[in-house]
Amino acid sequence: MEKFTKLTARAVPLPLNDVDTDMILPAQFLTSTSREGFGEKLFRRLRDTDASFPLNQEKFSDGQILIGGRNFGCGSSREHAVWAIAGGGFKAVIAKSFADIFYNNSAKNGLLLVTLADAVIDRVLADAHSGQYEVTVDLEKQTVNLPDGSAFSFDYDPFRKHCMLNGLDDIDYILSHKSKIDQFRRQQDNNRFFSTLGN
Amino acid sequence: MSPKSIVEKIWEAHVVEQLSGHPAVLAVDLMLIHEVTSAQAFQTLADKGLEVADPSRMLATLDHSIPTRKNRFEIFDADAKNQVETLRRNCNRHGIPLCEMDSGTQGVVHVVGPEQGLTQPGMVIVCGDSHTATHGAFGALAFGIGTSEVGHVLATGCLLQQKPKIMSVEFKGRLRKGVYAKDAILKLIAQIGVSGANGYVIEYCGEAVRHFSMEERMTICNMSIECGGRAGLFGPDSTTLEYLRGRTRVPKGAEWERAVEYWRSFVSDPGCAYDRSVVVDLDQLKPMVTWGTTPGQGCDIGSKIPSLASFPAAEQASVKRALEYMGLNEGEAIAETPIDWAFVGSCTNGRIEDLRAAAQVLKGRKVHKNVTMYVVPGSEAVMKQAQEEGLDRVFVEAGADFRMPGCSMCLAMNDDKVPEGKRCVSSSNRNFMGRQGPGSRTHLASPATVAASAVEGRIVSPEKYL
Repeated sequence: MEKFTKLTARAVPLPLNDVDTDMILPAQFLTSTSREGFGEKLFRRLRDTDASFPLNQEKFSDGQILIGGRNFGCGSSREHAVWAIAGGGFKAVIAKSFADIFYNNSAKNGLLLVTLADAVIDRVLADAHSGQYEVTVDLEKQTVNLPDGSAFSFDYDPFRKHCMLNGLDDIDYILSHKSKIDQFRRQQDNNRFFSTLGN
Repeated sequence: MSPKSIVEKIWEAHVVEQLSGHPAVLAVDLMLIHEVTSAQAFQTLADKGLEVADPSRMLATLDHSIPTRKNRFEIFDADAKNQVETLRRNCNRHGIPLCEMDSGTQGVVHVVGPEQGLTQPGMVIVCGDSHTATHGAFGALAFGIGTSEVGHVLATGCLLQQKPKIMSVEFKGRLRKGVYAKDAILKLIAQIGVSGANGYVIEYCGEAVRHFSMEERMTICNMSIECGGRAGLFGPDSTTLEYLRGRTRVPKGAEWERAVEYWRSFVSDPGCAYDRSVVVDLDQLKPMVTWGTTPGQGCDIGSKIPSLASFPAAEQASVKRALEYMGLNEGEAIAETPIDWAFVGSCTNGRIEDLRAAAQVLKGRKVHKNVTMYVVPGSEAVMKQAQEEGLDRVFVEAGADFRMPGCSMCLAMNDDKVPEGKRCVSSSNRNFMGRQGPGSRTHLASPATVAASAVEGRIVSPEKYL
């Protein structure tokens, strides 16, 4: 997994609530068996039907921080949505709130999700419209710095922070508990009443 | 000992390791697999040189990308074909059983698990699919995961998880004739909003839930994610046990008795604590339909689309955008809106009870000439049952298309799509912009409402047809 430590980049405002995973990546693009190639499909339907959509505007073309509203990433569990955002060049999303599965999936891919107060987000959404709005996100310090000099701290789970700062995958952590897992399975076998195999 | 909820009991029975400041290593009993969210996970295993930890805890099916026409073995879309063949190859390579087409077991992932008896009380069940909450109907903690996590479970049988908060949703009263479980869950979502249960697992409780069939419970649990709840569940009771008895993957004889005793321990203790509690009144509930582009934008069919001014200022832009997309106006009646398509199917409402409800309305009637109607059974077993009951003939004689099992036009990633600008009343779970096809307009409703609306060619309540 790619590390995330600190980033200063152009903010791209997406002033919508409940941005769902079908908006982020329509299901028609889900037939790929790769993790690559989803970046150009990011928000494809909105980009195709709305010329003024931020991702269609040249001034946002090098943006790496997406600013969203409430309940960003709701809907399906498709991790492809995260791959699309990361593939589209974004390293962080700052929003009022996120849907649970999307939040988990992002953390597994080095995409940093930051929640800030509604009033702060509303201000950023308005100001970032200019296309001249650079934001600094510092995961080590858990702060977001805005161009007007204001700074805001954000909550972040300490374990996730450790993984993000060091680019660690969960799978290695789980595998390090293998003997404990094997022991647990042996103890629990008596309460197992199914198998997917055999007749 | 302090009283515990079912969620806490399942959680505690599955924690392998919980180090201070870390998420728990949580054991997964069963993982369901489909073609869309698994290929990259199997690739991770290959890249890391890992094997599947326990294939007897895995079951795969084909549902999302496959056609639902009669000759469905031929997939014209090259990527979809590759995706299906990739799953076949991965299952074969790792010894994971696959519910292959025409085997009698294939179907939508959340329909096949329960009907084989694999979904049992007290289990932790996951799948790379947000509607995994469906399995909570049996008193299992079941939730959707991403593809990275599918890889973790393949390789280790475990996941890293934070202990969830728990919300109780108490259903009060009884559903009236013409009002279904789908209406109850649409009501809950409208009531608490599409992010109302973010961070929570929902336990559905109250006297009313004991009257719900397993199919009704599955419909309600299925859409828990539409109000943000990763999982939703019902404590197991005699209805649960009667459903499970005799199913293929359920033990028999003395082992059945032992299983029942174990399963019955997974109920909430009286007086257990919840982080949040919500009450939904079923007595006053009427058939629901959505008017917007989130599952929370719904109302009863007899009422009007709310005015923009009735929403908080911060919401109004989203609502306006939704209404523009849907081609509807604030303050207008939702009933009588002309429709072009009708869909009965999906993991939400593709089970035998759902087909029966639709058939009850359609029997001896015709689908309106302006409407194309698809009825897609959730599985081969549901299809067979429907045929044995003669439901297929009811649908065909009404002019509907009775198709082969699959996700079909719930999500527009196979051949079944609602054309651009067309309006569909659908028994599925999401009305997001473009969900049923680019530019499609979706109104979520119960199967009976879908059928009644198909007959009249406009959105109507099914009450007078029952």
